[in-house]
Amino acid sequence: MSCDLTVEEARAALEERVRESMKWHFSPETGCPYWLERAKELDFDPLAEVTCFADIQKFPHFDDDVLRKEDPARFIPKAFAGKPYNVFETGGTTGMPKQRIGWEDYKTDYSEFSDHYPPDFFPQGGNWLMVGPTGPRRLRLSIEHLANRRGGACYFIDLDPRWVKRLIKDGEYAMARKYQEHVIDQAVTIIRHRDIKCIFTTPKLLENLAERISLVEAGIKGVFAGGTTMTPQYVRFIEEEVLEGKINYAPTYGNTLMGLAISRKREPGEYSLTYYAPQPRAVLRIVNPEDSSLELPYGEYGRVELTTMTKEFFVPRFLERDEAIRRKPCAEFPWDGVGDVRPFQSGSKQVIEGVY
Amino acid sequence: MSEEIHIPILRLGQKYRSLDTVELPASAGRKVLTHTANPGLIRRDLLGIAKSRAALNEIPTDTLATYCEQAAELFLHEELPLGDSAQGPQEYVESLSALTKLPHTLVRMNMGKIHAAMSQIRTVIAGLTRGISLDLFDRGISSLNDLEVNFYPVTDALGVSLPSNAPAVNSLWLPAPVLKIPVLLKPGREDPFTPFRIVQALIAAGFPKEAFGFYPTTHEGGDTILMTCGRGISFGSDATVRKYAAFPSIQVHGTGRSKVLIGEDFMGKWTEHARTLVESVSANGGRSCINTSAILVPSGREEIADAIAQELAAIEPLPRDHEDALLCGFSNTEWAGSINDLIDEHLKVAGAEDVTARYRKGPRLVEMHGQTYLRPTLISCAHSDHPLANTEFMFPFASVTEIPQERMLSEIGETLVASAWTEDPIWIRQLMNSPDIERLNIGPFPTNRVQWEQPHEGNLFEFLYRRRAIQGNLAAVS
Repeated sequence: MSCDLTVEEARAALEERVRESMKWHFSPETGCPYWLERAKELDFDPLAEVTCFADIQKFPHFDDDVLRKEDPARFIPKAFAGKPYNVFETGGTTGMPKQRIGWEDYKTDYSEFSDHYPPDFFPQGGNWLMVGPTGPRRLRLSIEHLANRRGGACYFIDLDPRWVKRLIKDGEYAMARKYQEHVIDQAVTIIRHRDIKCIFTTPKLLENLAERISLVEAGIKGVFAGGTTMTPQYVRFIEEEVLEGKINYAPTYGNTLMGLAISRKREPGEYSLTYYAPQPRAVLRIVNPEDSSLELPYGEYGRVELTTMTKEFFVPRFLERDEAIRRKPCAEFPWDGVGDVRPFQSGSKQVIEGVY
Repeated sequence: MSEEIHIPILRLGQKYRSLDTVELPASAGRKVLTHTANPGLIRRDLLGIAKSRAALNEIPTDTLATYCEQAAELFLHEELPLGDSAQGPQEYVESLSALTKLPHTLVRMNMGKIHAAMSQIRTVIAGLTRGISLDLFDRGISSLNDLEVNFYPVTDALGVSLPSNAPAVNSLWLPAPVLKIPVLLKPGREDPFTPFRIVQALIAAGFPKEAFGFYPTTHEGGDTILMTCGRGISFGSDATVRKYAAFPSIQVHGTGRSKVLIGEDFMGKWTEHARTLVESVSANGGRSCINTSAILVPSGREEIADAIAQELAAIEPLPRDHEDALLCGFSNTEWAGSINDLIDEHLKVAGAEDVTARYRKGPRLVEMHGQTYLRPTLISCAHSDHPLANTEFMFPFASVTEIPQERMLSEIGETLVASAWTEDPIWIRQLMNSPDIERLNIGPFPTNRVQWEQPHEGNLFEFLYRRRAIQGNLAAVS
C-alpha cells in the first residue's frame, strides 16, 4: 500500500478514481440497484457533476443503517451479477446486523498490507493464529488470506463480541471474564502445540495472552492488532511489556466498510500512531463535528469521515464513531493520515498538537 | 522549584511515568500532573505480587506495627517525597485544599484522623482480631483463650478505589500492609496527595516499597484493581454498591444514611445536646458517610428542627484558609447546582419545609470566596416516605422526621451509623438486634464518633483472613 507517488501524483490518482467510480456505480450497465435508485433522489447528477474528490461533498452522509434495512443483494453492481459473493457483518452489532457484500476487496486490502511489510516482519512461511471475531466477519477470511499470501497457514480461535457486549450490558462481569479466559485458554493451547510465528488479535486479548505466557519465549515474531483505541501510552506498554521489546508490532485501524489503514513507521521512542487509509480505494478525512463539510487543519482533533470507492462498494462520506487528529502525508503514504484515534467525543477538550 | 508536580505511578516498588497524564488545577502556583496507569499495566504488576508478599513476610508484624506508628509522625510532620520533589505538611494541606476545596482546617482534621489511625494501629488491629497476638501473622497460628487458632490470607493483595472527598477514609486500608497484605491503591481524581503521602511515610519508616501499588487510573483501571486483586474495597454511591453487588470479593462503602434516633425517654433532655446534633450534621463539612443525614424523633419535630436549623444556618462559608472554616466548596460546581435543584424539586412534594431558609443569610447555593458552596440545610419532614426524609448529600444536610419509636427500626433502612439517644433497655436490645445498623452508638453521641477498637464498616481482618480448623501436633510451629 505504501507507494512512491508524490503528494500531487497521489491526489491526481484520487481524482481519477472518483471519476471512474462515478461512472461505474451510476451507470446502468455497471451500477447496483441501490445507488442507481438513490441517484434519482439526489439533487445533482453524480455522473456529470462529481468529477473530483471535492465534489464527493455533494453527497449527503452515508447512513449505515441502510446496511441493516436493505437486502444486501441490492448492492450487487450489475457488472458482478451472477458471481457468488461473501456477506460480511460488522463487529459487535446487536439486533439486525449491518451487512456488506464483497468479492475480492478483502484480498486486495490484505495483499497490500502484506506487501507493505518486509519478509522478516511477519516471517515468510510462518503460521498465524487469529484470536478474535471470526464468524460472518471479513476479518476471518482476510487474516487467512494474509497468512497464505506470506506462505503460512492460519489457525483460529473465535471470540463472539456480541455475546461479550450482552454479558457486560447485563452486568454479568464474572461470566464475561470466564468467557475471556476460555478464549485465552484455547489460544495458549494452540500456541503451545503448533508452530505459530504470527498473531492477529485485539490489543486487549493480546495483553491477556501475554499475562499467561511469554510471547517471546513462545516464538512469536510478529503481531498485527486492531480494533481498539491505542493511546501512545498503550502502544508503549504493548511494545515494551506485552511484547517485551522483541516482537514486531503492526497496529492498524480498519473496519468492514473501509478495509484497513496501516500505521506509518515510527522513530524509536515515538508511540503516537498515525494511520493511512488505502487511498485511493478509501479516503479518511478529519472534519469539524459541528459542520462536517469543513475539514479541520493539521494537528486538530475532529470526527473521522470515510469514503470508500472500489468497484465492489461505494460509501460516500460515512461519519465514523471515532475522532482523530488530522496528520500530514508522510514518506510512506503521500496523503493525509489520522492520528491517535479514539471514540468520538471521548476527549473532554480540543487538543491541538504540534506540527508533524 | 519545578513548575510542575508530577505524581508518578508506583508499580510495587518502581516509580513509573506514563505518557497519559491528567492535569489538575494549579496547586500553590504549580501544575499537578498525575500519571495514568492503563489497566493492563496493573494486571501485569499483579503477576509479580508474590514478591510483594515475600517482602512483607520477611519483617515481623510487630516491627511493621512499629513502622506504622513511626510513619504516623512522618505523615503529620515531615517533608516526604512527591514525584521528583518533596512535599511538607503545610504544602500538603494547601495543595489538597486547592484541589478538593476542603478548608485547611478540615484537611488538618483529616490528617489528624489518619495520624491517629496510624499511631494507634495496634489498638485498631486488636479491635479487628479481638486481641489475637500479632505473631499470628508471622506464624499463621496463635493462641486465643488457650485455643490454638490458625488463620490464612484469602488474597495476595487488597485493591482499594479511593474517593476524592474524604482523605480520612485512607485509614480503612492502613491495617492491611501491617497484616502483610500488599495494597494497590487507585486515588480519587482530586486527591492523589493523601494516599501517596501515606505510602511515602510508610516506606520512609521501613516498609518495603514493593508492598505498595499507587495507580491513578480510569474507571476501567479501577475495576481492574478491584476485580483482579483477590479482595477489593470501593467507595461510592448506591450505583457503586449495585455495580459490585455480584462480587463477594469487593466490599463497597456506599451511602451512609447515618441517623440519630431520639428515644421517647430522651425527649425532655435533647436540648442539652442540641450542639451535638449540629456537630453530627456539619462536622467535616458534612462530607462523610458518618455525618447525620436524618434525625428521627417520636414527637416535637417542629421544635427540634427549628432549634437545629437556627444553629446550622449560622454556619457561613469562609475562605479556605480561615481558621474557623467549616464548609467545603465544590470542586465540581455543576454538582452543587444539581444538588440544589434536586432539593428544590423535592421540596415541591407536600410535607417538607427547608427550615434553615428562615434563618440563613441568602440562598442555599452561593458563590463566595472564589468557590461554590451549598449552605447548611435542615428539612422538616412530616412523613418518613418523603423523598428528602432519608437521603444524603455532600454538604451539611439533614432531615428531621417525626415517627413513633416503635416504628423507627422497621423504617430506618440500611444505616451506616445510628446514634440512639436512649436509656431504655428494651429498645437498646432491639437496636442491637437490628440488621440494618452497621455501627451503633448508644447515648447522646454524634454519628461521626469513632472509637478505634471498634471495626468500622466490615472487619478488614475477616475480609483478608479466614480461620481454618487445625489440630494435631503443632509443636513445630508453636
